[in-house]
Amino acid sequence: MHFHPLTDADKDEMLKEIGVSGFNDLLQGIPSVLRHPKLDIPAGLSEFEVQNLLKERLGLNQSQSDLLSFLGGGSYDHFIPSAVAQIISRNEFYTAYTPYQPEASQGTLQTIFEYQSLISELTGLDVANASHYDGATAVAEAVLLALRHTGRSKILVSSSLHPHYRQTIRTYLKGTPYIMQEFAFDENGQFSREDFMKHLDPQVGGAIFQTPNFFGVVENLMGVSESLHEAGALLIMASHPLSLSVFKSPGEWGADVAVGEGQPLGLTTQYGGPYLGYFAVARSLMRKIPGRLVGITQDSKGRRAYVLTLKAREQDIRRERASSNICTNQALCALTACVYMTLMGTLGIREVAEINLDRAYYLRAEISKLPGFHVNVNLPIFNEFVVRSDKPFARISEILKSHLILPGINLDEFYPEMKNHFLVCATETKTKGDLDRYVEALSQC
Amino acid sequence: MLISTDSRTSFEKSKPGRRGATLTSSRCLDYQPVQKISESLLRKQVLLFPELTEPEAVRHFVSLSKKNYSIDTQFYPLGSCTMKYNPKVNEWAAGLDKFSALHPFQPEETVQGMLSIFYDLEQYLKTITGMDAFTLQPAAGAHGELTGIMLVRAYHNATGQGHRSKVLVPDSSHGTNPASAALFGYRVVELKTNDRGRVDLEVLLENLDDDTACLMLTNPNTLGLFEEDILEITKQVHSKGALLYYDGANLNPLLGIARPGDMGFDIVHLNLHKTFSTPHGGGGPGSGPVGVKKRLIPFLPLPVLEKTAAGKFTWNKDAPQSIGRVKSFYGNAGMLLRAYVYIRSLGLEGILKCSEGAIVNANYLRKKLKKYFPVAIDETCMHEFVLTLKFATNKGIHAGDIGKRLLELGFHAPTVHFPLVVEEALMIEPTETESKETLDEFIEAMIAIAREIEEDPKVILDAPRNLPIARPDEVLAARKPILSYRDLVREKALQSDGVSVS
Repeated sequence: MHFHPLTDADKDEMLKEIGVSGFNDLLQGIPSVLRHPKLDIPAGLSEFEVQNLLKERLGLNQSQSDLLSFLGGGSYDHFIPSAVAQIISRNEFYTAYTPYQPEASQGTLQTIFEYQSLISELTGLDVANASHYDGATAVAEAVLLALRHTGRSKILVSSSLHPHYRQTIRTYLKGTPYIMQEFAFDENGQFSREDFMKHLDPQVGGAIFQTPNFFGVVENLMGVSESLHEAGALLIMASHPLSLSVFKSPGEWGADVAVGEGQPLGLTTQYGGPYLGYFAVARSLMRKIPGRLVGITQDSKGRRAYVLTLKAREQDIRRERASSNICTNQALCALTACVYMTLMGTLGIREVAEINLDRAYYLRAEISKLPGFHVNVNLPIFNEFVVRSDKPFARISEILKSHLILPGINLDEFYPEMKNHFLVCATETKTKGDLDRYVEALSQC
Repeated sequence: MLISTDSRTSFEKSKPGRRGATLTSSRCLDYQPVQKISESLLRKQVLLFPELTEPEAVRHFVSLSKKNYSIDTQFYPLGSCTMKYNPKVNEWAAGLDKFSALHPFQPEETVQGMLSIFYDLEQYLKTITGMDAFTLQPAAGAHGELTGIMLVRAYHNATGQGHRSKVLVPDSSHGTNPASAALFGYRVVELKTNDRGRVDLEVLLENLDDDTACLMLTNPNTLGLFEEDILEITKQVHSKGALLYYDGANLNPLLGIARPGDMGFDIVHLNLHKTFSTPHGGGGPGSGPVGVKKRLIPFLPLPVLEKTAAGKFTWNKDAPQSIGRVKSFYGNAGMLLRAYVYIRSLGLEGILKCSEGAIVNANYLRKKLKKYFPVAIDETCMHEFVLTLKFATNKGIHAGDIGKRLLELGFHAPTVHFPLVVEEALMIEPTETESKETLDEFIEAMIAIAREIEEDPKVILDAPRNLPIARPDEVLAARKPILSYRDLVREKALQSDGVSVS
């Protein structure tokens, strides 16, 4: 086995040194009834056999390279510069451990510091952590933060928050004294201000708004942070990170916490993970933020040094009194996002958002011209929007399949009242030709 | 110079107008949509990103990478972290377009290959651990623990035992164990381990009652010792109606040798980034699949992967007793794929070589080092063992200092000051992918350090001298947190104004 360097001679010599006559002597502490179970594992394969197996297995898939995809809904097909994959493939990055030894981890630590800085810029909030598992878990941890911080029992979420995020929050709160309540959205998919205010009572510790929301609609949050703060509650916001170079940042809306899915920042869609959750807070919540933080300090010679800091919040020190049980973050994914944002720069990060707007607005306008398909062309969106069809979505999906197109996400799976509604996403990776091909295929339905 | 001394951030290397990526200039519309959007929705805040060309950015990050130790460049005897080699074919597989370009909302019929891999991986993990079912959802070990604790609660609630409010953990456990239990309102009781570093049956029985929800255990424990009374422990815990949770962080030495399922554990989490060779990535992404015994299957998180009679794979999103969804989509798929590739590469024979190599390497190191450093519990160990540096404290030397000296000598430090039950602990886990030659070099270095403790402690206390930084001032970092580039700019401005910020 080419990963295991001990030769038989090595082993014999080492066992002799240890003072035992054979390997099994080292297992004496294990009750004999437990020892050497029969495992049902196939025989090992050589590397090229493994490669053939993988090609065969994965060959059964059709990916977004084979199909023209208009899928979004929390995972997006964005352009990724080639340099990103090259850099994160540096062995010194991807085979390093958590940077517990700062002297031997300045590379990882500095990139996390830069990542924190970039997330802080995007969200307009002071302090970003080193990343969380993904959008859903980051949102769920933000809920716990808000409820613990305020000592309240209720969290409000808009029903237009990503269904997976709501489901995850529900899981995290099950069996705790905390509850989640949803407030409604209107016929345009925008949150209902009236219903929100109706739910806002003295038990509310925070409210979560997603913008653009799950339907792709950019929300107007005028007055929301004021209402929440007046009620002693926190505003938590979740956004597509690339939208934030154009649309008002969580900081500008007065948010206390900004969390969300970081996958659009240079990560492939890779069947849903690994992604990363970004997590930023206002300075007043700095000591409540879960997960790792990297800060700048000096070494004993007065040179700049990057270190993990404010560790007193964490499980390895605080154990049952920690602010969260999180241990590892998604460091390599945070590095990916950091490299992506650095390559994009101030100009590129704005331009990519503008191209998303161009593609989505164009596609929506073209679909609006098709008989049998309905969209609201007046809503502010970023890169996705809802289409209502007169025909069943299953049929549209079937027809578009023959055109090698994935038309979008069926919404009635998540909102049973939204029969034949689907969510369509167009990012900068789509050309005008792609969009026209999609509209042409829809017109044949 | 091989390693740059430049510690400037990308922001400090920026020049306005530069960029590192090109996008298209083609537009579909003859107007800019932002002009149609209400001003009140648009960002006015300045967005300060670094501006670098591609070659500048690449040089920036590549020179940063050289400031890291990694398993591909150094020996990493980091106890409980299982820093084994990450086979490159794993990375090759994860880079394939037929995986990386899969969207999680694609119709099931377009991802059957992927799902077949998940399904097979579940079967392999089941047979390796002796459990009846697995979920691949949890994103990391700690996330697996959280899922496990949710399963405990769901099971007790469903069986009319919702009053159980206590979780027992040994005082040698990983910090995530008590943290995960406490996060969901359980009262955590720490069990003092006996003088052989194991669960003390008497202490266990004193604390075990009808209020106990579960016992969380690592086996082998963090001292690298197998819990010899494990069958009695699980019997006692079950007799009180409580469950047993297995923290799989230390599974590596048991591969093919013993199974937590056979020991009587009800719930198991694995760390694919430890035992199953997926890269640590500088601190994630991990992956923490959870396995359960039959009676807990109805509570597993959603969605649940199923194989139909026709041999098709499908996600079941509707199991009435499930704890629900624990994250978006389907777990850290990229890590699951790598673990699958690893298991197929090793096969049964290779898997047995892992545990054998891990145990032989650890005992060899222990035996060689014990002449120079006391071993906390000097018995046959499994994959790791713990040295104590208590004897050196009168020279002003602590376990952490040995770690720093090792860094200087080109080895990553062992885990220091953990487990908490050993004073001045140095926890060493070599893994099976290290050669005898590497271990011998490490032994030589440790022998030299033992001599230095006696003869020249200063050389240890001043280490490291040959790395990008010397020891950092962690107190300053926490007292005056600089957590972003903006913080740094503010701090610099204050300094140049002569304002004291201490």
